[in-house]
Parts: sequence; structure tokens; C-alpha cells
Amino acid sequence: MTGAPVRLFVPGDSGAVSVGADTVARDLAIECRRRGIDAQIVRTGSRGMYWLEPLVEVQTPEGRVGYGPVKAGDIPRLLDAGMLEGAVDDLRLGDVDRHPWMRSQQRLTGARLGLVDPQDIDDYLSHGGYLGLEAALSLSPREIVQRITDSGLRGRGGAAFPTGIKWNTVLEQPAAQKYIACNADEGDSGTFADRMLMEGDPFALIEGMTIAGIAVGATQGYIYLRIEYPHAARTLEAALEQARERGYLGDDVLGSGKTFDIEVRRGAGAYICGEETSMLESLQGRRGEVRVRPPLPAIKGLFDRPTVVNNVVTLATVPVILARGAEFYRDFGMGRSRGTVMLQLAGNVKHGGLVECGFGLTVRELVHRYGGGTATGRPVRAVQIGGPLGAYLPASRFDTPLEYEALAAMDALLGHGGVVVFDDSVDMADMARHAFAFCALESCGKCTPCRIGSTRGVQLLDRLVTSPDGARAADKALIEELCDTMAEGSLCGLGGMTPFPVRSALRHFPEDF
Amino acid sequence: MHAHDHHDLGTPAVKGEPVTLEIDGVSITVPAGTSVIRAAALAHRDIPRLCATDTLKSFGSCRLCLVHIEGRKGTPASCTTEVVPGMKVHTQSEQLERLRRNVLELYVSEHPMGSCPASAGCELESLAAQHGIRESRYAVGTTARAAHMPAAVDASNPYFVADDSLCIVCSRCVRACEDQQGTFALTIEGRGLESRVAASQRQPFFESECVSCGACVEACPTGALLEKSVIAVDQLPERSVRTTCAYCGVGCSLIAEVSADAVTRMVPDRAGRANQGHACVKGRFAYGYATHGDRVTRPLIRERITDEWREVSWDEAISHAAAEFKRIQAKYGRDSIGGITSSRCTNEETFLVQKLVRAAFGNNNVDTCARVCHSPTGYGLKHTLGESAGTQEFVSVQQADVIMVIGASPTEAHPVFASQMKRRLRAGAKLIVVDPRAIALVKSPHVAADYHLRLLPGTNVAVINALAHVVVTEGLTRDDYIADRCERESYEKWRAFISDPKNSPEAVETVTGVPAALVRGAARLYARGPNSAIYYGLGVTEHSQGTTMVMGIANLAMATGNLGREGVGVSPLRGQNNVQGSCDMGSFPHEFSGYRHVSDDATRGLFESMWKVQLGSEPGLRIPNMFEAALDGSFKGLYIQGEDFAQSDPNTAHVTAALSAMECIVIQDIFHNETAKFAHVFLPGSSFLEKDGTFTNAERRISRVRKVIEPLAGFADWQVTMRLSNALGYAMDYSHPSQIMDEIAALTPTFTGVSYEKLDRLGSIQWPCNDAAPQGTPTMHVDQFVRGKGKFHVTAYVPTRERTSAKYPLLLTTGRVLTQYNVGAQTRRTANLAWHSEDRLELHPHDAEARGIEHGDWVGVTSRAGDTVLRVEITDRVAPGVVYTTFHFPESGANLITTENSDWATNCPEYKVTAVQVVKVAQPRAWQRRRQEAAPAEPAVSPN
Ligand SMILES: Cc1cc2nc3c(=O)[nH]c(=O)nc-3n(C[C@H](O)[C@H](O)[C@H](O)COP(=O)(O)O)c2cc1C
Ligand code: SF4
Ligand code: SF4
Ligand code: SF4
Ligand code: FES
Repeated sequence: MTGAPVRLFVPGDSGAVSVGADTVARDLAIECRRRGIDAQIVRTGSRGMYWLEPLVEVQTPEGRVGYGPVKAGDIPRLLDAGMLEGAVDDLRLGDVDRHPWMRSQQRLTGARLGLVDPQDIDDYLSHGGYLGLEAALSLSPREIVQRITDSGLRGRGGAAFPTGIKWNTVLEQPAAQKYIACNADEGDSGTFADRMLMEGDPFALIEGMTIAGIAVGATQGYIYLRIEYPHAARTLEAALEQARERGYLGDDVLGSGKTFDIEVRRGAGAYICGEETSMLESLQGRRGEVRVRPPLPAIKGLFDRPTVVNNVVTLATVPVILARGAEFYRDFGMGRSRGTVMLQLAGNVKHGGLVECGFGLTVRELVHRYGGGTATGRPVRAVQIGGPLGAYLPASRFDTPLEYEALAAMDALLGHGGVVVFDDSVDMADMARHAFAFCALESCGKCTPCRIGSTRGVQLLDRLVTSPDGARAADKALIEELCDTMAEGSLCGLGGMTPFPVRSALRHFPEDF
Repeated sequence: MHAHDHHDLGTPAVKGEPVTLEIDGVSITVPAGTSVIRAAALAHRDIPRLCATDTLKSFGSCRLCLVHIEGRKGTPASCTTEVVPGMKVHTQSEQLERLRRNVLELYVSEHPMGSCPASAGCELESLAAQHGIRESRYAVGTTARAAHMPAAVDASNPYFVADDSLCIVCSRCVRACEDQQGTFALTIEGRGLESRVAASQRQPFFESECVSCGACVEACPTGALLEKSVIAVDQLPERSVRTTCAYCGVGCSLIAEVSADAVTRMVPDRAGRANQGHACVKGRFAYGYATHGDRVTRPLIRERITDEWREVSWDEAISHAAAEFKRIQAKYGRDSIGGITSSRCTNEETFLVQKLVRAAFGNNNVDTCARVCHSPTGYGLKHTLGESAGTQEFVSVQQADVIMVIGASPTEAHPVFASQMKRRLRAGAKLIVVDPRAIALVKSPHVAADYHLRLLPGTNVAVINALAHVVVTEGLTRDDYIADRCERESYEKWRAFISDPKNSPEAVETVTGVPAALVRGAARLYARGPNSAIYYGLGVTEHSQGTTMVMGIANLAMATGNLGREGVGVSPLRGQNNVQGSCDMGSFPHEFSGYRHVSDDATRGLFESMWKVQLGSEPGLRIPNMFEAALDGSFKGLYIQGEDFAQSDPNTAHVTAALSAMECIVIQDIFHNETAKFAHVFLPGSSFLEKDGTFTNAERRISRVRKVIEPLAGFADWQVTMRLSNALGYAMDYSHPSQIMDEIAALTPTFTGVSYEKLDRLGSIQWPCNDAAPQGTPTMHVDQFVRGKGKFHVTAYVPTRERTSAKYPLLLTTGRVLTQYNVGAQTRRTANLAWHSEDRLELHPHDAEARGIEHGDWVGVTSRAGDTVLRVEITDRVAPGVVYTTFHFPESGANLITTENSDWATNCPEYKVTAVQVVKVAQPRAWQRRRQEAAPAEPAVSPN
């Protein structure tokens, strides 16, 4: 064979690696060399179709043809079958972009996931990278913030606070030193969008943070990275190095005379450190304990300086808004939930992974059309949306659109976009107990409702399931009272949101109690 | 817990524009920045709370203080919500009541109700009772805290107990230790329900960094941190008395809680302007000496000092003393006797002693122990600024941008002010330390000196001149200020002097040992301020150039415009509680109260007409002159109120010879002491708990001392002086110290407006208090200096005669530790001994190595004056060539080795520089061993 080498793509994403992607990549290289094939294996991020990982893609004239899930043992056969030319095989998925799972998505934030080499800034640039920063540098800080406000972007970390308003508060502070703090603690079980972005497209986050810095007048950014994400740490460090070398970070960002740099800090391994004020304490080297608000972090944040705290997804969405305009982004979504949402489907589901599309997809579409129902094949009984502190929805409510207001009306929330599926074997009393237990385990211990209440909740539920019928009503009423106290009295969302799973379980699944 | 009579307002007071809001329909106006909880408390709508208290910033953790605010979502915490104009707050509703009850029930589910020794004062128990909660519905099975987190009760601290089973994890202790005390000894360890308070690295309190200030104990709402004295009485106090601490010059306002005529607890007064609700291990805990068995409660007399003491009646003792003084005066002349006032006694008592000397003895032979510490302050400040006192109020430090600490260790000697200073430093003020030793401030949690000018002892003046040289030659002077407020001629002269290159940092570098670059940096920092404040201590005054140094400090402050407003100034940190007061009260041989010279006819006339006697116009003898005269045989009798020369004066051998030469020494004190060994009459004194009066602290603040218990010996000190005067034939007739204060006010222009009635009303008053300043004067020299124009003085550096030599190659300097006070007469009779049971010599590792000395060895310390033996501590807190010790214990004999050198202007002894040699020895001197074994020294008394 002559000419350019064959280009193969194997995800380096840790989700893919956990099912053997590294071995596949290595064996593929060995096998190609053995066969004298000039192959270039690019380690990308993941497309987010985790049930198909390791998903190997081949560059063909018709596009990138995928094969998966590929096991190391499949490689000789696939090569024999002509995988490098995109030939047919049981594992052949066809053009990945046209795969039904991918085709119906609207990938804006995650547009480059699985496509580009996360360690290669040129690959990023050739896929529209840094157009957002260039656009931003032609605008005044106020104009940048206005674009973000106009786009309707709301925080994707959980609280869904309008990002533009937050930035504007920081912009208006007269302080000489301001910070951008990226919340990459991604503590919600069953969520992985932050990780996928950092591993698969780190420059998007870096670009987003740089734009944020220039918009509000911050010169230093920190990425507070979940301790369990060593691969993301390596990818980010490598990307930061390249960005500095190429002048996208440093004393003179792209010759603009503006300063911005980013440092990665490893988290403390506690769920509560994902709560923004606790994260700031931890970033300052202190015990990760929640701070009272006010003052808002935007006014007194890191080291008491005005600080933008945003989630990875929020920040990684900023470049596309600047590059393609607020209107473009705002046109996705519904109601007051504008743009796209990165839904992360997990639990007992056949096809788990990342679904990014405009707000408004119903739970049913997500669970059945994308997820294909449960992995066990049993009927779906419930989903928990928004992480461990999200509400449970019964199958009867699966018409609810996945957007902030509709969920709020159901006493539920979208949170960071995690959706966990349960089949009909789930015991909802157990799930309610688990919510209290999770809160008890993760409580920072600062405020009383959460510090003591969470453990009492566990104890009450233990007693409830063993107590005689007569006593149950009183215990249930007390659990409701406890939920009220935690919801209304807690200092932060950990204690404050624990009632979501508990109350929703009690309300929608009374038969389990 | 806070004082029982304190109405806690929830969060500290703030300053701000008035804001009017409505709380439960009641309109109230408070400063902007006030919390809703405080506004409500001020409107007498107290909102339940457990994590908030008005000495600490709000924390928002208990969640009991939730309220409704019209137009706001949910139930915000009132402690963390600031008032807004027109805000409408509702503190009561069914929902709020339900929430509060639930939170209380959660607390109660882990708290052993009724079983804690502080139940009577426990905030949780009383809140629960208010809400009718006795049990918790959440107590499912065993939920007591002790059940899942067993922890031994920590009773390691001599004064308080920590019992985790009673802790409600409100963090008040942690925050008190951080914000109020600034020690950062406590943290919350663990998460969730496992959270608990830990001292340092989970150590017993006594072994942790804790300095036993007690702030955490007072902050604790439950019995989790509780005074042992409170546990012992186990009941609410019968009464509380507000008084003033008798230890250091901070003069903390304290509330003594009393049951069965015994003090059960001292609580800092949160309304105290000086201490702002804080105190230290001495004031808060070490009051037990007052009722110690060593107290002398019966008058004693003897013919010769070699005789045994004989207990006698008050009448006999007084008439004996009077007869002796009369006899001596008849034999040796009117000037052959004198009196010494005490910086430990009240203003009224001091005033009476000098009145006794001037009016009854008929001479001006009165002096005070302030001579041994701060007389250069009086002289130096009077001659530059016009008033012999510090210029600021303590809270002024909160406005300072640059703080310069010279020759003082505030964390040890003025701990409560040090805490205020540290708070300001944590908030960003810059710090310059000028001290031979790395005092704690140089590096402590969240505080670090920007410059440490580690000068050689004895070179203060060279350093202050070098600082001023930089200011002047680099054009950093405030010329407009100087032109406006200072004497032009004196400035020109000083300017010419100070600009001389021989005063440059580079020129004096080898003398002072301070790198020139550091001096330059510090000078620029100080000059640029914009608010720069100087605080100094005995390291400035106790030198042969003590007065020069004080003047040098004043020069620097004037040249940079750092006088006359908040945040700046020159503030001496007075050693003893009433040094300022005793100086103000006319304790010096040449001055009447208010620092007016005895030769001034008008002033003398005023006193003569009030006292109805003729007064001498010539200054009397100073203490050193008294000693010299005693050795000459012309001075034979001395009335000493509360002072121990033999221990605290330098060069003890000289002092004891002088004392031995006298025929009648009358000593009035609460304990036997070194000086009493030379006395013929011992009149039992009264402690500060036993009398009424006033003290004046380092900020010129006059505060009331109030009688808490009856005098153990039957009379307060002022009564004893009065009786002595009457016995001498000069009538004094006061039935209460307030009358003495009225006399002081009538005779002293700076005190005209002072009365007990006003003190009760205002809490305390900073003099001058008169028609021009009816509320007193927090900041001096505001529009102009007291003397009119500020006067610069040329301050040439003259090296001390005390120099190192081959024989005495090291420089000894002295200081204090936190837990002991002065010569230790009080603190050694308390559990404070646990922290500091002996004086040690600090020696740099290099010097130790060169001498083959190891940590803990006994070393002989020899100077030109004498020698003693101390145990050694090897540390780099001191520089090579410098050694350091404290002198709290008589057996240390630190003053056996200090020399007779003294300040040129005031005779203040040069305690701070002595050339010594240090060698390893096997054991202490024989006399020291005897002293140690015999301690506490109680001399033989024959039963009549
Ligand atoms: C208990 C708790 C845990 C949280 N964990 C995370 C997290 O892991 N990652 C995150 O981005 N936000 C987390 N948040 C939300 C943050 O507090 C904060 O709202 C967010 O970082 C703001 O960024 P955004 O506006 O971009 O969403 C958490 C909040 C709570 C109450
Ligand atoms: S709700 Fe829980 S985690 Fe949040 S502040 Fe309170 S104790 Fe800490
Ligand atoms: S006694 Fe003082 S220093 Fe010690 S822990 Fe308590 S607050 Fe801190
Ligand atoms: S020891 Fe007292 S002050 Fe400290 S957390 Fe416990 S209850 Fe609160
Ligand atoms: S007093 Fe406000 S939360 Fe505790």
C-alpha cells in the first residue's frame, strides 16, 4: 500500500478504557505492524455510546465507519474482513455520525467528543476550536457577558443559575484580583459529562474559561478536579501546556495584552466539595465546609475575591456561543431552558451513555428510544433524575419533558443531567433510606438539619419497615416533617435536596412503605 | 457560656448608616450591615439561636434563627441576613415554630438533657424548655452522642474541662479561638455526625497550641467547654460584679460571678471598650491568688529585721508605724522618710499615698515603681507631644494599615490587645517588628511580620534614627503636616541632624546588626501608611537611652504625620495594670497629679488650699536617690505600698544594702515578698477583688474596680493609708473612694469631668475628661498637639556602657511570658504554674554548641554585677550572641545580674541589656536550691 496511512480512532476515554480500549488500541497497532499496514491510531474521547465501547472507527472516503464493541480477540478477524476499508462485519456500525443514537442528537457542547485528538491543539483548531475566543477578543467584556446572557445559558452543575447574570455580578466588582473556578468535582453518581469533556475535548473547557476570564476581568483560573479523575488530569495538563506554548494562555493571550492562566487542583474526595462554597474552601486549602451565603462567591469567592464558579459543561459551552452567536444557541431548547442539555443515561438500561440535545426531550424518549429499556429486560419502574439528590419519577410520569421548569413543577430537578434507570425489582423504601444514608455519609456537618437529620432519617426508615402498621403513620409523618426541616432549614443543597428522593419515593411509591 | 446577666444580641455591633426596618410590626433603626437577628434582639424580639453570639461573626449553622422576610423566598437565617431599608421581618409563625421545634428535637436527640453540669446555663436546655421540649421524637434507639463517639472527658487544662458528649458542634469555640483570640488551636474534625472539636492534632487541650484564654469556654453554649470552678459550685451565681482586671495594662473589664461570697467565674465584659469581651489566661482564670492561703491577713510588726514577726491589732500596727516615722523625722529631719506608690493599686489609693507623703510627711519623697518600666514614656512623650501618655484607643488599631511593634511582645504581655492586633493583621495590615528576639508575632497562624528588624540589644536609638533618616532623605516626610503642627525650628534642627549620613542604615548596620535594606524597606512601609501606628513596650524604655528612644519614636511619627487620628499614634504598652494611673496620680517626686511640676506656684497653691497644708516646691527623692541616701544614712524610713524592690529592681545587692540601712520600712502588701524581709511593719493589703476604686490602662482609660468580696484583712488599702495619715496627725476623712476621685477631679484639669456616677454611666472614660471633652478623649492631639506645636528632639545614639567583652561576650535581654505576671507573686500562686514553672535562659544553637551546652542543662550566667544559674532552652528565637530570660521567679535571681545602668533622664533601669557569659554548671546555686525547696516562702510568725 502507498500514500497516507490509514487512520484509526480508538477512544482513550476512561469509560472506554475500563472495558478494554487500551488493549484494543495496542493490539490493533501490533497487528497492523505485523501485517505491514501503515496505520495511524488516534486516541480520541468517547462518542458516548458506552454500550458499544471499545468503539473503533476507521477513516474511509464515506466517513468514519465504526465497529464495536471490539474485543482484542476480534482484531485479526476484523482486519481479515477488511475493516480498514470499512467492510461489513457483525460489529460494523456504519458511519458513526449517522448512527441512530448520534444522528438524532444535537451536539453543540460535545460536538468534538470522540472526533478529535484531545492532546492535539491543531486538531482542535481544525474543528472550530478557539473561534469563540477570537470572537470574544473582538468584543468588550460587557458585550461578551451580554452574549452569554442572551444565549439563555444556565449553569449545568445543578443549580441552573443564569450564567450571564453570574458573570455580570463578577464583572461589576471593582476588585483588582478575580478568579474563574471551574467545578469539575462531578460527584453525582451516574454522571460523566464533565469527565468526557475533559478527557475528550479539554481545549473546549480551557477556551471557555479563558473567555470567562477575559469577560469578567479574572487573570487566574482553577479547575477543581475530582480526585478519581487521574486521566482527565493528565489530559488537561497536556492541553494546558500546549495552550500556553501557543499563546492561548499566559501573559498575553493571543496578543491581546490580557493575562489568563489555569491551574488544575485535585479535589478532596468528598461529595460536598462539589458544592461551590465548600469547593472554594477546599481550593483555599481548608476543610471543605459550606460557607454561608451571602456573600455570593461572585462577590467574595476564592480568597474572598470575586469569583465565577461554573461547571465544566457550562464553561465548555461558552466557546460555541461566542463562535456561533447567542441566537444560534438560544434556538435550541424550550421554554426557559435554552440550548442543549447533556443527559447521561445510566443504571439498569440497555444503551447507556451521553445524549446531548435541545431541552425538552421526554423521559420516555430518553429511556426507551435512546436507552432501549432496561438491561435486565424487565419493565422500567422508576428513574432518578439529577443525581443522588434528584427525585424519582414513576413510569406514569415519563411524558415529562426534560427541562428545568417542567421538572420543577413535578418537585423534581434536572441537576447535572444524570438519569438512572431502575426496573421493577427496586425497593423504593430502600432507595429513600439510601438517600438519607448518602446525605449522612457526605454531610459536611455544618448545619443541624443535615448533620443530625440525615442519620435520624436512616434510623426512622429502618424502624418504619419493621414497625407495626399502627405506628407507621406517625413515623411517616415524622419523616415528612424531617424532610420539611431539611428542605427549608439546611444551609446547602446536600441537606436541602435530600428530601427530593425521599419525598418522591414516598409520594409515587407509597406501596413500598 | 457568656455572663449570666448578658443579653446576647446574636452578632457583633457594626458601624453604618441608619437603616429602618420593621420586625413583627415594630419599627427599629439600626446601622447598615446589622444582621436581622441583632436588629430583632434590639427590638426585644429575640430569635432562637445556638450558633450565634454577639462576639463572633455569624456562621449560620444551627438553623434555629430562620425567619420570614416579606418578598423573599423560603426561610432565611436571620443571623446571616443583613437588614435592608423597609424590610419587613416576621419572627413567629406556625411554620417557623415547627421548624425550630424540629431542629431542637434533632439536637435533643443526641444531647444528654439535664445531666450536664452547666444545665442551668445551657443555651440548648433553656431553648428546649422555652419550646416545651423535653424529649425528642427523633431519639430512635440510642442516639446519644456519647454512644457513637465515645471520648474521654479532657480535663488536662487546669481551668476548664472539654466534654465532647455535651458538644452540639456549633463551632463557636473554633470561631472564638480564630476570630477573637487568633490562636487557631481548634478545628472541627470529621464530617457529618462524626464532626467534633479537636485541639491541635487531636491533642489534650493542655498539650495543644491552646493558650488558655478561655474565649472558647465563654463562647460555648453548652457544658461541653466549662470552667472547673463552675462545675464545682453547680449553681447559677448569686450575683455579678463588674470590675477591672488587675494584671496587665490592657485593663480588661471583667464580670465576677459570685456565689457564697466566693468568685465562681470571671467573664470578660462584652461591653468593655478595652477588651471587647475578651480576656487572657491571667485575668479570666488566675484570680485564685486572692484567696490563697499565703495571704497575710493580720498586721505584723518587729523591732529588727532579724526578729520574728509579731501579729498585732490594726491599731497597734498603725500607731507603731506612725510613731516610728515621727521618731525618724524628729531625729533625721523631715526629708528622711518617703513613700512608694504602687502600679498595682487603684488611682485613689495611689493618690492617697502621695498625698500622705506630701501633706503628712511634709516632703516630696514619693516615687513609683513605674520608674522601673515606663518613666521614659512619660518624659519622652511629654517633651515632644505634650502629654505623658499613649495617644490612641486600642480599637484604633483596627484602622491601622501598618503596625510597628518595638521592644514588646504583645502576645505574652498584653495578650488581649495582641488578639485585636492580630485580627487587624489578618485583615491585611502590614507588620514591622523591631526586636532582638523573634517574638511570636513574627510568625504565628495567619500572621507574619513583613519586616523583622532583629537589632542587637541596646541599639534601639540607632535603628529609630536610621528609619527616620530614610524617611527624611527619601522625601517621605509629610511636610504640610509638619509645617502645620510642629515647631519649625526644632524640626529644622532635627532634620539636619537626622539627614547626616552617619545615621543612615548603611552606616549603623554594623552597630545594630540589621541589614540596611531591611531598614530602608521598613521605613518606606511605615512612611507610606497611610495609617501607621507604633506600639512599644519595655524593650524601648528599659535602656540607658530609654527616653531618647521614646523621643525618637515621637519624631518619626510626627515627621510622617502619624499622630492625631484613629489608626495611627504612639502607644506604650504599659506593663502593669495601673502604671498609667499611678503616674497620672502624682506619684513622682517632682509632679502633682496631671503631671504638673511641684515648683509651679499656681498648682501648688491649689493643692495647698484644698489640703490645708504648706507643700514643698522642690522635687523629692527618686527611688535610686532614696537608696543612695539610705546608704549615706540620711534616709531612714519608707512606706511601700504593693511593690517588691528586692526582686524587681535591678542589681539586687545594691537594693538590699540600702533597705537594710533603714530604720523603719512599712510594707503594705497581700503576700510576704523579698522586700518584706527588710520591713519592720507589715500592713496586710487588699486584692483588687476587695475594694472600690479605679484603674487607668495603657489607653488612658479609667475603669471602675468594684468590691466583689470583703477585704480579707478587714480594710482596703485606701483605708489603711487614711488611718496612717490620721495617726500621723494629718486628717483624712473619706467614707468611699468616690470622694477621693472627686478630690482628684477638683485638683486635676485632665480629670475635671470624671466622677463615679459618670463612670457607671459610660462604662469607662479616657482622660482628658473635662469641659472640653465631657465624654473623655479616645484619640489625643487631634487638632493640635497638647503642648501646642509638636517638638522634635535631636536623638543622638550613645552606646550603652554595657558592652560585650571577651569576658562577657553575650548580651542578655529580659521579658515576660503569657501565663506569669511580673515578679509572679500572684500567678505563681495559681494553676498558671502548670505552664511556666521556672524561668529559662534562651540561647542560640551556635552559642550553645560553642559552649558544649545542651537543651535543659543548668548554666551559670555571670555579669559584671553578679551571677545566677538558670536552666537553658536552645532556640533560634534569639539571634547568635543574644540570650534572653524572663524574671517571674525569685529563685531565678535574674536581677542579681542586671546592672546599675539607667536611663539618663528618668533613672529607669537598663533591664534590657546586660553583657554576660554563660557556662555549663552542675546545679543551681545553694541559695537558689534553698529557695526552691522552701517555696512558697512563708516566714516565721510568732503568735503574738
Ligand atoms: C451537595 C452539592 C454538590 C454539588 N456538586 C457539584 C459538582 O460535583 N459539580 C458541579 O459542577 N456542581 C456541583 N454542585 C453545584 C454547585 O454548587 C454550583 O451550583 C455549580 O458549581 C455552579 O456552576 P454552574 O452555574 O455552572 O452550574 C453541587 C451542589 C451541591 C449542593
Ligand atoms: S446541608 Fe449538610 S452538607 Fe450542606 S451545609 Fe448543611 S451539613 Fe453541610
Ligand atoms: S482557651 Fe483560647 S487559645 Fe485555648 S482553645 Fe480556647 S480559644 Fe483557643
Ligand atoms: S465545644 Fe461548645 S462551642 Fe465548641 S462546638 Fe461544641 S458546643 Fe459548640
Ligand atoms: S443563629 Fe442563625 S443559623 Fe444559628
